[in-house]
Amino acid sequence: MNKQVLTRMGDGERLWLSEKKVRSDIEAGTEDAAQRGSIPVLDSEEQQQLFDIIAEPSRVVSVNPGEEVISTDDGCTMAFYSGQDGGGVGTPMSRLQAVLTYERACGADTTSMGHSDYSYKPVKSVINYEAGDYYNISQATTVPFWYGAQPNMGLYFQPDGPCPNASELMPLGKIAEARESQEKAARMLTEDMVFVGRKLAGVGLEGLNFDTSGSAGDADFLAALNAVEELKGSEPDLPILMGGSGEFILGMHGEVTYKGKRLAGLYPQDQVKAVEDAGADIFGLAINTSTRESLPWNLSRAVTFLKAAGKASTIPIHANVGMGVCGVPMMEQPPIDSVTRVSKALVQIGKADGL
Amino acid sequence: MSIAHIMASCMGGIRTAGDLVAWMQMTRKMKIGEAKAYVADKLGVDAFNLTNEEIMRELRKDLGIGTVTSIAGGPKGITAKYKIAELLDIKIRSVDLFKTQLGL
Repeated sequence: MNKQVLTRMGDGERLWLSEKKVRSDIEAGTEDAAQRGSIPVLDSEEQQQLFDIIAEPSRVVSVNPGEEVISTDDGCTMAFYSGQDGGGVGTPMSRLQAVLTYERACGADTTSMGHSDYSYKPVKSVINYEAGDYYNISQATTVPFWYGAQPNMGLYFQPDGPCPNASELMPLGKIAEARESQEKAARMLTEDMVFVGRKLAGVGLEGLNFDTSGSAGDADFLAALNAVEELKGSEPDLPILMGGSGEFILGMHGEVTYKGKRLAGLYPQDQVKAVEDAGADIFGLAINTSTRESLPWNLSRAVTFLKAAGKASTIPIHANVGMGVCGVPMMEQPPIDSVTRVSKALVQIGKADGL
Repeated sequence: MSIAHIMASCMGGIRTAGDLVAWMQMTRKMKIGEAKAYVADKLGVDAFNLTNEEIMRELRKDLGIGTVTSIAGGPKGITAKYKIAELLDIKIRSVDLFKTQLGL
C-alpha cells in the first residue's frame, strides 16, 4: 500500500496525500518556478531532501544545529497588541512592552516597530510621535531594532490621495494618463519614504525596512529603489532592508526602468540585483502561495526561486514567511506543522540567510 | 507564527549570538556564513557554538553584552549595544547618538 503523508493545501486545509502525489507535486512546483523564472529546477537530491522534510511524521520540524539563520520581521511585535486585521492577539500591551517581550521572551534576533497602518504615507503626519517612541524604545533594546512600513503606492491615488486613479484610467483606454499618474504617485511616495527615513535617522535609527515593495506594481517598486538610493546618499551607514511583494513585479505601468532595466516582470533573481544596485543591505524575497495547490507544490516552487536568487545575490536574502508567502498557507492562523516545514526547507535547501 | 519560525530556524537573539550575527548582515551586508564566521572570530568561539546557550550565556555575561535573563544591574539596552559596537567593530547608529549626547 502506498504510504500516506499528512500535509496541507495552500489554503491550510489538512489532508493526506500519497507519497507518490507528494513527490509529483514537488516536481511540478519546481518545474513551474523554473519555467516562469528561467531558472534551474531543484535537482533530485534536493527534491528528496524536500520530500523528507514534508513527510517527516513529527508535528514540528527544525533546522539542524549550526544551520540557524537570522529573523527579521514586518512588525511582529504589533501582533501582541493589535487585533484580527493585523493578525494580532489583542493583549493590552504598550509598544515598548511588546518589543521587549519579543526580544527577551521569544528570542528574536532582531525586533521592530511600525505605525498601525504600516504604510509610509500616514507615518509622515505623525513622524514626531513615531520618532519619539522609536528613540525611547531603542534605549531599552539590545538586539537590532528596525522601523518598518510598506511603500503602498495605492494610497496616493484618488479617493485616498491626490493622483488620478490609474486603475480607473486604464479600463478607459487612457494608458498615457494612467502612466503619468503612476509616475507622479511614485515621486510623492519616494519623497515620503525619504522624509520618514531621514527623520528617524536623526534619532539614531538602527535599520529601516521597506516592506512589500511593488505591491502597487512596477512604479511602486521603483519608488522604493529611488528612496533607498537617496537615503543611502545622505545616510550611508543606515541599514536598509527592501522586500518584494511577489515572485514577479507587476507591470501596472509597464515601462518604468531602474538603471536601464525594465522593472515590470522581474523575477526574484533580478529583483535582488536591482535592490543591490540601489544600495540596500538585505533583500526580502516574497513568493506567492497558491491556495489551490498543495504545500509540497508551493514550497518546492518557493525554494526553487529562493535558491536562484541567492546564487545571483551578493547581499543577504531573508525569505518572507508570513501568511500566504513562500509556501506558508494563506490563512489567518497558519498551522505550525506547515510553518516549520516551510522554515526548515527555505533555510536548508533554499539557503536563505534569514527569515 | 513568527515564534514558530524563531524556534524552528533562527539563532535565538540574546539567548545566544543571534543579535550579533544580525548586526553583521545589517552593517556589512554579510551573508549568513560570513557573518557567523566574523562573530565567532571576535568572540573566540567555534561558529557551531554561536547558538549553544551553554557557551553563549556565560560569554555574554562576561562580555557585558546583555543576557536573556534579567541580572539586576547588568548591562542591557543601549549600554549593551555600546559594548557590542566595540566588540564587533561596527557602527550602531543609536550608540553613536548616545555617545554624542554624552559628549564622547
